[in-house]
Amino acid sequence: MIPELGQLALVLALCLSLVQGVLPLVGAHLGRADWMALARPAAAGQFVFVTLAFGVLGYAFLTDDFSVLFVAQHSHTELPTGYKAVAIWGGHEGSMLFWILVLALWTFAVACGSLSQPLSFASRVLGVLGLVSAGTIAFTLFTSNPFTRLQPAPFDGNDLNPLLQDPGMLMHPPTLYPGYVGLSVPFAFAVAALLTGRLDKDWARWTRPWTVGAWIFLTIGITLGSAWAYYELGWGGWWFWDAVENASFMPWLMATALLHSLAVTERRGIFKSWTVLLAVCAFSLSLLGTFLTRSGVLLSVHSFASDPARGLFILGLLLLYSGGAFVLYAARAKHMVAEGGFKLMSREAFLLANNILLVVAAGAILLGTLYPLFLSNLNLGEISVGRPYFDFVFPLLMLPLAWLLGVGMHAAWKNASGSALKQRLALPATLALVLGTTLPWLVFGRATVLAMIGVVTGLWVMLSALLDPISRLARGARPGLTRGHWGMITAHVGVGFFIIGATLATAYNVEIDRAARPGDRWETAGYEVAFVGTRHVEGPNYTAEEGEFELYRGGELLEVMRSQQRVYRVQTAPMTEAAIYGTLARDVFIALGDDLGGGAWAVRVRVKPFIRFIWLGAIVMAFGGLLAASDRRYWRSVKAAAAAPAGAAARGA
Amino acid sequence: MTPRRQRMLLIGLVLAGVIAAAGLALRAFRENLLYFFSPSQVVAGEAPDGRTFRLGGVVVEGSVEREPGSLTVEFVVTDFAHSLPVEYTGALPDLFKEGKGVVALGRIDANGKFVADEVLAKHDENYMPPEVATALERARGGTAPEPETTPQ
Repeated sequence: MIPELGQLALVLALCLSLVQGVLPLVGAHLGRADWMALARPAAAGQFVFVTLAFGVLGYAFLTDDFSVLFVAQHSHTELPTGYKAVAIWGGHEGSMLFWILVLALWTFAVACGSLSQPLSFASRVLGVLGLVSAGTIAFTLFTSNPFTRLQPAPFDGNDLNPLLQDPGMLMHPPTLYPGYVGLSVPFAFAVAALLTGRLDKDWARWTRPWTVGAWIFLTIGITLGSAWAYYELGWGGWWFWDAVENASFMPWLMATALLHSLAVTERRGIFKSWTVLLAVCAFSLSLLGTFLTRSGVLLSVHSFASDPARGLFILGLLLLYSGGAFVLYAARAKHMVAEGGFKLMSREAFLLANNILLVVAAGAILLGTLYPLFLSNLNLGEISVGRPYFDFVFPLLMLPLAWLLGVGMHAAWKNASGSALKQRLALPATLALVLGTTLPWLVFGRATVLAMIGVVTGLWVMLSALLDPISRLARGARPGLTRGHWGMITAHVGVGFFIIGATLATAYNVEIDRAARPGDRWETAGYEVAFVGTRHVEGPNYTAEEGEFELYRGGELLEVMRSQQRVYRVQTAPMTEAAIYGTLARDVFIALGDDLGGGAWAVRVRVKPFIRFIWLGAIVMAFGGLLAASDRRYWRSVKAAAAAPAGAAARGA
Repeated sequence: MTPRRQRMLLIGLVLAGVIAAAGLALRAFRENLLYFFSPSQVVAGEAPDGRTFRLGGVVVEGSVEREPGSLTVEFVVTDFAHSLPVEYTGALPDLFKEGKGVVALGRIDANGKFVADEVLAKHDENYMPPEVATALERARGGTAPEPETTPQ
């Protein structure tokens, strides 16, 4: 009975999303305030019913209700309770419901946060979000219903995929989804701008915090996914250019471009149609990512089920939303008039370069991701694009971006003076060059040209970002910067950390596979590893062989490390749990491999210097975004609007 | 310089940069295309000599051999029409198993043996790489392979 309530709640949410998607848009077109006013209550109601549906599915998981097919496929009585709760997004149907919940949350937040905006505008934004929601709920109800019953109910479930039984499951989807789905908000703002023709600095100020919000989640979500793949998939790599990773990374690149383009539109009233186009493209890429991961054209950890009907449905939605937005764009873009010009040497020009490089990078990744799919679907042969392509092209585009970044941050708007820039930036540039070329030698005793280029670039980005606050402090003045400015500085320092981490973890990476017997002791990259032995271990829902290793440096025991070869009882899937000895400066990664016979075991050892800078850098970037989004200018009008009706109500009472 | 000429210069520079980057990217793209071949195609001589490609098929039951205590392993990959011996040195992935699908990255050596740099058998024990499924289908003369289902 209870699962049917969940289904009913989802049907009601669909009805409300249709109300929210149609009436306010038509009302705004006809100028009917009563229809437009329906947008907010419909959004709130939809939020309530979607939450109810999600709660019902969660209840089914926690009470082991295996009469629900989705629960039977993804849970088991022996599954620890925490994993039962997160198993909701451990399969296709539940993760679509989670998608819908996140969208309803964003929509509700927009409904509350847009009170200061004209109703004719806010109702269009909410209307577009309602249409997106209607499409997704319809997709879920018609092709991927999480409440489908199983008759007769099995005695026990099929368990959650062992790969997903990890704390990462608690954190990676709940941060990545809000990022992916959050891009629908700038999309809705862009479509509303095209519909109303209102595309001014106010519009950019309204859109920016939402874009930053989605971007923060996307940044953290991708970072957690990378860290998870690093320790769980047992390979020790942190980025594989796997099609599914690319599917999340392309929207990130677009969202990053959009953030910077919005800065120009807000400040100077130019780049308008470009900003709108980026917003549409970012959301289209996030839908494309959903299509790639959910349709079965790709198979990976993320593709739960392949069903052509689902693929076609998502492709239809993609065509409807993106195609519709592009048609609207083609019809309306010419009406957007730039409110000024700029010189070759100006902040605007640097941000334009930023945008071009980011978009080209996204395009290059798109080519490498989709080309094999096209060929394969046209029966022209099976190919794949090797990692070296991505490893070459991405830095090729991003290094110039990083070099320009340091200059662009200090260039004046409209017309900057080249000689003043040279004067200001000479010191950080020299420091970065000197430190970046010498530090690798001092720390590692060897250096390649690429490693030096990477370190110089990372230091340059950091030093130039910190130039303003440092030089003011040096003069004895208070930094006196706005939150927005601090946000930019922080995010760019994060970029520097990331570049240095990625460079060093790649250039000084040591990987060995080795046949080892208990009692063996060997040296890898300055560390001594002793293989103590293996023993049998019983986990709650798995059995394992556990290898014990001792890690020494200079004869001193640093840590006893234990890596397991697990076999999960229900799905009988083998899995490696790696052991990691991590400090900020380097990770030592040990994984027990197969039993090679003759008492020997395969052992993987990886030494990755500064790999944590990669994730640290990304977290710093996200924190910078948080600072920027908390800038007073975005919240002043919201607070005023929230106070106004409250004051009116108080007067009325 | 007039603002107009300045802007033309900017656009010109940007275009030149983009074209150069695109040229380099496309070259890297062409050089890094990895073709997929089945054992039948390799036996028929379709695979390139001395160039890295991906070989896929099913690991023949009972074919996995290694000297005890050594990291070097040999096994036979088949599409049930033809088979090919494969040699690999290193730790095998968790889901590598006899009778299961596998994709190996490597090249053919002088003796006609496939020497793999990387062996992929990831993610799911019932996962059949799509290329392998297609290759098996072709080798069987067009009949679709039985989809493996998850045991309940």
